[in-house]
Amino acid sequence: MEVVSNLFVKDRVAIVGAGLTTFMRRALETPRELAWEAARQALDQAGLTLKDIDCVVIGSAPDTFDGVHLKGEYLADGSGAINKPMTRVYVGGGTGVFVPVSAWWHVASGLCRTVLAVGEEKMSPAHPHPQYVFRYIWDPILHRPLELNLIWIFAMEMRRYMAKCGAKKEDIALVSVKNKRNALDNPAAQVAANITVDDVLKSELLVWPVNELDISPVSDGAAALVIASENVARQVTDSPVWIDGVGFTLDNQHWENRELAFPRYLNYAARMAYRMAGIERPWKEIDVAEPYDPFDYKELHHIEGLMLARPCEAWKLLKEGYFERDGELPTSPSGGLLGVGNPIAAAGVMKVAELFWQLRYEAGKRQVKKPVHKAVANAWGDLMQAGTVIVLSN
Amino acid sequence: MGSGRVAVIGVGSYGFRPSTPEVSFQGMMFESSQRAYADANVDPRRDVDVFVDCQEDMWEGIAIADEFAPEPIGGALRPTFTVAGDGLQGVAHAYMLIKSGLANVVAVEAHGKPSEIKTLQDIYYFAMDPLHVRPLPTGNPFFIAGLDAQAFISRTGATREHLAIVAVKNRNNGLRNERAPYASRVRLDEVLSAPYSVYPMSRYEIAGFSDASITVVLASEDAARKFTDRVVWLDGVGYSTEVGSGSLEWHEWGRMPSMRNAALTAYRLAGVSNPEKDISLAEVEDRFSFMELLSVEELLLAPDGEAHRYLENGDFDFNGRLPVNPSGGSLSMGIPLEATGLGRFLEAVMQLRGEAGAHQVKGAKRAVVASWRGVPSYTSVVSVLSSDIEG
Amino acid sequence: MSERKGEVKLPGTKLSAKEMYSLLGLVESAPQAKYEFSAGPSLSKFLQGLKEGKILGKRCPRCGRIYVPPRDYCEYCHVPLTNWVEVPDTGVVHTAVVSYISTKRERLEKPEVVGVIRLDVPGYKEDSYEFAGLFHRLCIDPEEAKKDSAVGMKVKARWKPKEQRTGSILDIECFEPVR
Repeated sequence: MEVVSNLFVKDRVAIVGAGLTTFMRRALETPRELAWEAARQALDQAGLTLKDIDCVVIGSAPDTFDGVHLKGEYLADGSGAINKPMTRVYVGGGTGVFVPVSAWWHVASGLCRTVLAVGEEKMSPAHPHPQYVFRYIWDPILHRPLELNLIWIFAMEMRRYMAKCGAKKEDIALVSVKNKRNALDNPAAQVAANITVDDVLKSELLVWPVNELDISPVSDGAAALVIASENVARQVTDSPVWIDGVGFTLDNQHWENRELAFPRYLNYAARMAYRMAGIERPWKEIDVAEPYDPFDYKELHHIEGLMLARPCEAWKLLKEGYFERDGELPTSPSGGLLGVGNPIAAAGVMKVAELFWQLRYEAGKRQVKKPVHKAVANAWGDLMQAGTVIVLSN
Repeated sequence: MGSGRVAVIGVGSYGFRPSTPEVSFQGMMFESSQRAYADANVDPRRDVDVFVDCQEDMWEGIAIADEFAPEPIGGALRPTFTVAGDGLQGVAHAYMLIKSGLANVVAVEAHGKPSEIKTLQDIYYFAMDPLHVRPLPTGNPFFIAGLDAQAFISRTGATREHLAIVAVKNRNNGLRNERAPYASRVRLDEVLSAPYSVYPMSRYEIAGFSDASITVVLASEDAARKFTDRVVWLDGVGYSTEVGSGSLEWHEWGRMPSMRNAALTAYRLAGVSNPEKDISLAEVEDRFSFMELLSVEELLLAPDGEAHRYLENGDFDFNGRLPVNPSGGSLSMGIPLEATGLGRFLEAVMQLRGEAGAHQVKGAKRAVVASWRGVPSYTSVVSVLSSDIEG
Repeated sequence: MSERKGEVKLPGTKLSAKEMYSLLGLVESAPQAKYEFSAGPSLSKFLQGLKEGKILGKRCPRCGRIYVPPRDYCEYCHVPLTNWVEVPDTGVVHTAVVSYISTKRERLEKPEVVGVIRLDVPGYKEDSYEFAGLFHRLCIDPEEAKKDSAVGMKVKARWKPKEQRTGSILDIECFEPVR
C-alpha cells in the first residue's frame, strides 16, 4: 500500500514558535496551568496572541496519570481552546511527535492558518506510584494475569537487541551518559548529570538487563509549538522551520509475535515521512536527529528504524562518537528523555521544539557543531506498536 | 485549500443494542468495518490510506486504548491513529487528510461498549474537574445537563411540555428504525406524568446506553469514482470547543456556542447560506431532550428562542417541513458513548442515498449532523452532507 | 526561548514528595472503574484449550498464517479466521529477562524470569519477522537466563496438573528447557 503524498501541496507548513516548561518529578501547577505556560511561551516566541490562532491540537497520553477522564476537554482552556476548534490525538507515547504531525494536516488542508499544538503530561498525581497505571495497558486476558511490570517489555526488547546485534550493556549505557550530559545545557532538564558507564551499571538492577539509570524518569511538564501556513509564517518570522515530511504507522498489539530487535512500524513511518520530504538517503541527508529515548537502547533501536544507521550498527557508531553534539550525526542534543525528563506527550513535543531551535541556530550551548539543514524526530508508543516521525528543514 | 470534494463512499455498523455479549469490542470493530468496506467496494489492505479510530481510555477500560485499534479495522502496520474524541471529530480529521492531499481514502471508526462498564456513573465523575467539582456532593453527574436545560427554558420560554414532545416524537420515530432499541409508542401524557429523573427531565427524556460500532469510509472525489457510484458528499465540517470541562463557570448556560461556531464553519464550507431553507433533514443530539431544541437554534434551523414554536407546529415531525431526528435520535438509538455522532452521520448518509427503508425522508437532498460529546464537555462537531441521488 | 543561557528559568514549580502531600487543598480522588470484558469467541476457545492442556491457534483461509494467540480475524487479509489448529507446546526462547521488581515497583523476594517464546508452528521461516508466540514465565535459573545461550534455547510448556487448570493463561505454569 502506498500513501499517495501530494508533493505539490500549495502552501507549505512551518513551525514558527516553541515553548517549554521545566520538566520535574512533581509540579505545583495543575495540568491546565502547565499547558498554559508552554503555550504562552510558544506564542510569545512567534510574536502572536491567542486571537491569531485558528485551531488547537492537544496531545496527552493516558488519562489515568493526570487523573481526569476526557482529558482533552479538561486541558482545553489551558491550551487556548476557548471557542476554537480543538481535537486531542492519542497514540500512546508516540503522541508527542504526532501532535505537530496532525497539526500539519490542519494547515495543509486549508482549514486552519495557524495551529497551537500542545503536549502536556502530569504523572505525579498517580498514587502510590505512576508505574501502577501501566498495569492497565496490557491485554486483560493474556497478559494481566502474569502481573507484568512495564519495564519487563522494554527489558525483553533490550535483551533481544543485545542478543541479535552483539551489543553489550556497557555499549548501550553510553546513550544514557551522552544524553544526561547533553541535558546539563538544557534549562528544562530534570535529571541532567555527568555520569559514567560504571554509574549506569552499578545503579539498581530492576529487570535484567535494565538498570535504574537506563531509564528516563517519571515527570510532569508541558511543551507547545505554533504551526502556521507559509503565508503567515513569512509574515511572522525570517526563519520558519518547514515541516517537510510526516509519517505514522501502528503495528498490531501482539508484540509477542514479532522480532523485537528492529522496529518495523517505525521504519514504515519513517519511509512515509522521508518520501514526502524527498529524502532518499537519510543517513547522509539528515544533519541532526531527536530519536525517542525513554530507555537508552531505544535510541539505538530508533536510529536504526529511522535508517540513520544500518540495523545492529548504531551501537558501534555510538562508541566512535558519531552521535555526539560534535559528531557526524548528533542525536538527542536536547538531552532527550533520559536527560530532560519524560512527561510522555510533552517529551515528544520537546524533541521537536529542540530541532526547531537547532535549525534556527538558537539552541545556545546545545547547538550542534556542524551546520544543520534537515532534521528528523520520532516518538514511539503503545505496546511496541506506534511509530510517529516528522522531518523538518530550514 | 485542496481542490475536489470529499465523498462518503461506504458505511457499516454493528450493534445498537443494550448489550452485545457475543463479541468483544474488537469483534464489534471488525464487524462494522467489514460491512463498511464491502459497502464501499474497497480492500482495506490495499485501498485505504489512513485509519482513524475514535475512543477514550476510560470508556474502554484500557490505558492506551489506541493499542487495540489497528487490527480489527484493517489498519495493522498502516497509518493508523486514535482521536480521543467524538466519532465526528474523526470525520473532521479525514476531511483534512483528504483535502491536504496526504490521503485519498480514509476509514473512520468509532465504537462504544457501555454494557461492559460496571461503574458508568463513576467514570462520568472522573471527567469532572478534580479540584472544584468532584468534591461537591452533586449526585447524578447529569445535573449539568439539568442546569443547561433550566437555563434554556428560562431564556426561550419553552416549557416542560415542549421537552416532552421531543421525547414523544423521537421515541416514536425510532419504531421505524432497526437500529433503535429504545423506541416506544410512548404518549405525551405518560411522559408528563413521569417523575423527574434530572430536573426538569423525566427518564423518557434522557437517553439510555447502547453498544455499537460504526465505520465510515471517505474518499477524495477522484478516488471515489473508482469505487462506487453511490456517493454522498461531505460538503462541510466544523468543530469547536467552548470551554474546558474544568471551567464550567465560563460556559454560557442554556446555549451551545461551540455548536454555533462549528455550524458556521461547516455551512461556510458547504456554501449553505440559508440553513432553514437549504437543509432537508437534521440529525442532532437529543440525549437530553432540551438539547434537540437548543441544537436546532444553534444550527440556525430556527431563530433564537423559536425552536419550541416550530416543534409545536409540527415542522420537525417525521412528515414535517424539516424532519429532525427521523432516526429516532439518541433517545431511541441509545448512546454508544463517543460513537454517537458517527451513528447519526450513518443515518444521514442512508437518508441521502435513499436507503433508509421504513424511516426514509422523502426528497432528502441535504442533511446536517451535529454532535455534542455529552456531560461535562462543551465540544460540538457539525457536518453538512448532500447527494445527487434521487431519494 | 532563543539564545538560552544556562541560567534561564523556565516556568514550573518543583515540589518534593513531602511538599506535595502537605499541600493545602490537595484533593484525593479514586474512581471506581470496573469493567467486564467479553473475551470474544477466539480467546474464549483458546482458554478452553489451555484447560484441556492444548495450545490452539487459528489459520487464515486466505493467506495460511497460523496465529497464536488466536484472533477473530486475519490482520493481513481482514477476513474472519475460522480454522482451528492445535500447535506444539514447544518452542525457542526469543528473549528472556530477569525481574527483581513487582508491578508495584517493590523488590521481589525471588527474581522472576519471563520472556517471549517462539512456538514451533509450521509456516513461519526460522528468521522471519513474525511468528506465533507467547509471553510467559520461564522456569530457568536466573543466572542461566542472563547467559547468551538462553536466547535460542529450546523450551517446552510445563502444564499445571489437570485439576488445577481453570481456563486461564496461567494453566501453563511456565516454559522450561527441553532436556
